[in-house]
Amino acid sequence: MSTNNQNGGFAVIGKPLPKVDAVSKVTGRAMYADDMLLPRTLHCRILRSPHPHARMVSVDTSAARRIPGVQAVITGADLPIKFGILPVTQDERALEHEKVRYVGDPIAAVAATEEEIAAAACDAIAVQYEVLDPVMSIDAALGKPKDERIQDYGGPNNIHKLIALEFGDVDAGFARAEHTREDVFFFQGNTHLPMEQHSAIATFVDEKVTLWSSTQVVHYVHRALAKVLELPMNRIRVIGAAHGGGFGGKTDPFAHEIVVAKLAMITGRPVKCTLTREEVFYAHRGRHPVLMWVRTGVTKDGRITAMHFRSALDGGAYGSYGVASTFYTGALQTVTYDIPAYRFEGCRVFTNKPPCGPKRGHGTPQPRFAIELHLEKIARELGIDPVEMKRRNFVKPMTRTVNWLRVTSCGLEECTERVMSASGFRTRTRRAGHGMGFAISSYLSGAGTAIYWNDMPHSEVQIKVDRGGVTAYCGAMDIGQGSDSVLAAIVAEELGLQPKDIRLVTADTDTTPIDLGSYSSRVTFMAGNAAIEAARKMRSMIVEAAASKMECDAGAVKVGAARIGDFTFEEASILAEARFGTLTSAGSYTPPKIAGPYKGSGVGPSPAYSYSACIVDLEAEARTGLLHVNKVWIAHDVGRAINPLLVEGQVEGSVYMGLGEALMEEQTFRKGLHKWPSMLEYKSPTFLDMPDVETFIVETVDPEGPYGAKEAGQGPLLPVIPAVSAAVFDALGVWIDEIPVTPEKVVEALRRKDKGELARYGPPGFPDIPYPPCTKVEPPPKELDRAAPASI
Amino acid sequence: MLTSVDRQAHLQVLSLRVNGEHVRVYLPVHKTLLEVLREDMNLTGTKHGCELGECGTCTVLVDGKPELSCLLLPVQVEGCAITTVEGLAKGSELHPLQQAFVELGAAQCGYCTPGILLAAKSVLDTASRPTRDEIREALAGNLCRCTGYMKILEAVELAAERMR
Repeated sequence: MSTNNQNGGFAVIGKPLPKVDAVSKVTGRAMYADDMLLPRTLHCRILRSPHPHARMVSVDTSAARRIPGVQAVITGADLPIKFGILPVTQDERALEHEKVRYVGDPIAAVAATEEEIAAAACDAIAVQYEVLDPVMSIDAALGKPKDERIQDYGGPNNIHKLIALEFGDVDAGFARAEHTREDVFFFQGNTHLPMEQHSAIATFVDEKVTLWSSTQVVHYVHRALAKVLELPMNRIRVIGAAHGGGFGGKTDPFAHEIVVAKLAMITGRPVKCTLTREEVFYAHRGRHPVLMWVRTGVTKDGRITAMHFRSALDGGAYGSYGVASTFYTGALQTVTYDIPAYRFEGCRVFTNKPPCGPKRGHGTPQPRFAIELHLEKIARELGIDPVEMKRRNFVKPMTRTVNWLRVTSCGLEECTERVMSASGFRTRTRRAGHGMGFAISSYLSGAGTAIYWNDMPHSEVQIKVDRGGVTAYCGAMDIGQGSDSVLAAIVAEELGLQPKDIRLVTADTDTTPIDLGSYSSRVTFMAGNAAIEAARKMRSMIVEAAASKMECDAGAVKVGAARIGDFTFEEASILAEARFGTLTSAGSYTPPKIAGPYKGSGVGPSPAYSYSACIVDLEAEARTGLLHVNKVWIAHDVGRAINPLLVEGQVEGSVYMGLGEALMEEQTFRKGLHKWPSMLEYKSPTFLDMPDVETFIVETVDPEGPYGAKEAGQGPLLPVIPAVSAAVFDALGVWIDEIPVTPEKVVEALRRKDKGELARYGPPGFPDIPYPPCTKVEPPPKELDRAAPASI
Repeated sequence: MLTSVDRQAHLQVLSLRVNGEHVRVYLPVHKTLLEVLREDMNLTGTKHGCELGECGTCTVLVDGKPELSCLLLPVQVEGCAITTVEGLAKGSELHPLQQAFVELGAAQCGYCTPGILLAAKSVLDTASRPTRDEIREALAGNLCRCTGYMKILEAVELAAERMR
């Protein structure tokens, strides 16, 4: 690890400290949801559809109810109210009773004294179906359905969502271009594969539901439970258990969470449901398969004059985050490259597969793969070094993009420089089968708008100081990324303490103020800013009390090393409590309202963007198509590393997950069934597949981030994938325009090359999609570029 | 169809030695060691990721060798010394591997950590200077989705150095 900034003046911030929960995790004492066993707990199993598309004619649970040990059986009729993560797509039921839309769609649930009895009871439920023709591809979804549409909204046919936006004068941009190029790319879907299977346990005591769950979003689960159970939110408490990995896969409210709550209400006993690994594959909400078409105009020296980007997302059977995912396939192209005129047409279709949703990078790895390779190809056509051409188009700090996104700090130049010089990219000696590829990326530090429209803060922190003990309360959910450690570090820094001195209460809708959840890389930025505000208020009270006793100005009271002026922290807090009464403080964070003046502008704005640059070095064997990644260099502009150890862990984990997607991970289906719903068959990188990674932390100190910090958990995944494909071209001279880059594809591309055909493997074309006419949006006025961050 | 009555017929008493403690358990013969550890002995530090022997998460040591507890029946390990993550630390004093994992951030979500710690312990118990490739090979059956494995490798190497 290396960083570019010397840490000045901080006692905790910037230090590579262990996580606050590290000991509980290495000793096996962290309590994950499935580890909880409350007295008299019943076990729940869910019956799921064996058909990808069918009408339900009847459900007979009588035999299941007769099995000894079965305490309750529920079906869709018991939970008829629809829910969904986005207000515009409330299209799911905890249990379906009219129609099933993918293999794995939940239809009934059993609570029994033992899990095996619950499973046997599920087998005893008789369901009659009228099987319908399944829709299994983007092409099929665009055409007229044989039987009926999957959902009864959207359209035409099985189209879920269409988007058409144009920023600036795209036709004029292309007219001005001295060279244009079109390409088509495909990014296969893949899944999160968290090590922990989803699990939830619920109780119903004193007319209140309590749910412990392995969720990334306690607040959104809280809302969905209230809606479906028809209970006021104050009678529901959702607590995030220790979390065994999310990556976006636990960001929707899920059927099993609602089902165990309902069963607890019916039986009066705790009810637990842990999904099997196969069910986790069907629960999914992972990476959308996306077909993409892109056309770009450039000047002779490689400056972009206009870009037109089209995407078609295979959404699976339900909405989930899909509308947002679709916008994201078009939103962030402009945040890395200065594109003066930009047209985006997006489309999401419904298919009879598990619903897709957000996975690390949400909707942006696919277009990032496409445009990085596309620009690489343009540069080679122009005879310009691809790195140099990309560099000429880099966005500049403190600017607004053509689609109104506000860029503040931007470390693209420095990230590029770091990986270029460390990897020896320019000075390498060419040898057969060896390739290096370069790519860049950017990602949000939190979505600028909430999932449901409201004007309230996105994150809130309360602090209580009582006889020297400091407790910080925040709804933030630590999913392993270290958000608890970040909170503790910030509160400790402000109060002159160490993280171990701070007690945390997090992710509990009864006891903590809101944080919207661990998604969109928002927690450090938003909860961090809220924690700073709360801690500074607390600090000023304690300092004021100390100053009064010391008979000096508050400004003369030094805070640090567990001392406040002349006093220990404990003594000073006692002085403050005597003076002010109960010592509590609160802070909150609301993102600036910076979205552009157009419909659809809510997806893309973020208070700050992280930037990454990456170089992948690999060997590619022409005979077999096998790829061996030697090393990855990655530089990440995190604004400021609040804890460089954790930042590095996020970057390395992102590189790993990017390599998995680039080389092997794919979620595909045969006759409606997942082809490989197990951890053996679904290939993911092992210890043996993972190359060494050299990480550079670049600090640009963002004007609005907490101490200047930005995100680290998602952005560094993005450049890895195109860099792999670019390296394969570098090694073998063939373009693999489709993810994952498997040996079969490499061999096939080489075969085509040998036959004198196009040296490429990828989708042949892009379908005709009935996009509506573009909504034309004027670019932001130039003067916005030079304004201070708060006003741009 | 499976009923509680059928299940009664297959109950057995077994004596297991886990983390140095002798425990007698009364259980259905078909329960896996993983289930018995977690459900009958409250040793929930051993996690499960697939229950099919694919992910390595449920790794425990049986007579010092890493084994997948989801694929073992208790009857197969009666009389053996079983070590779970709860048996690694001496009281509040962490095992050098645990200490290194803490210091280097080798546990993110922590779910694969118990299994990896035990697999790593078996490496360090047999080799004091394992190469990075040897560590990779020994841990190749344990998946981790958070760390990219880098910090785990560094932590195992640090622990090896401290244990020499």
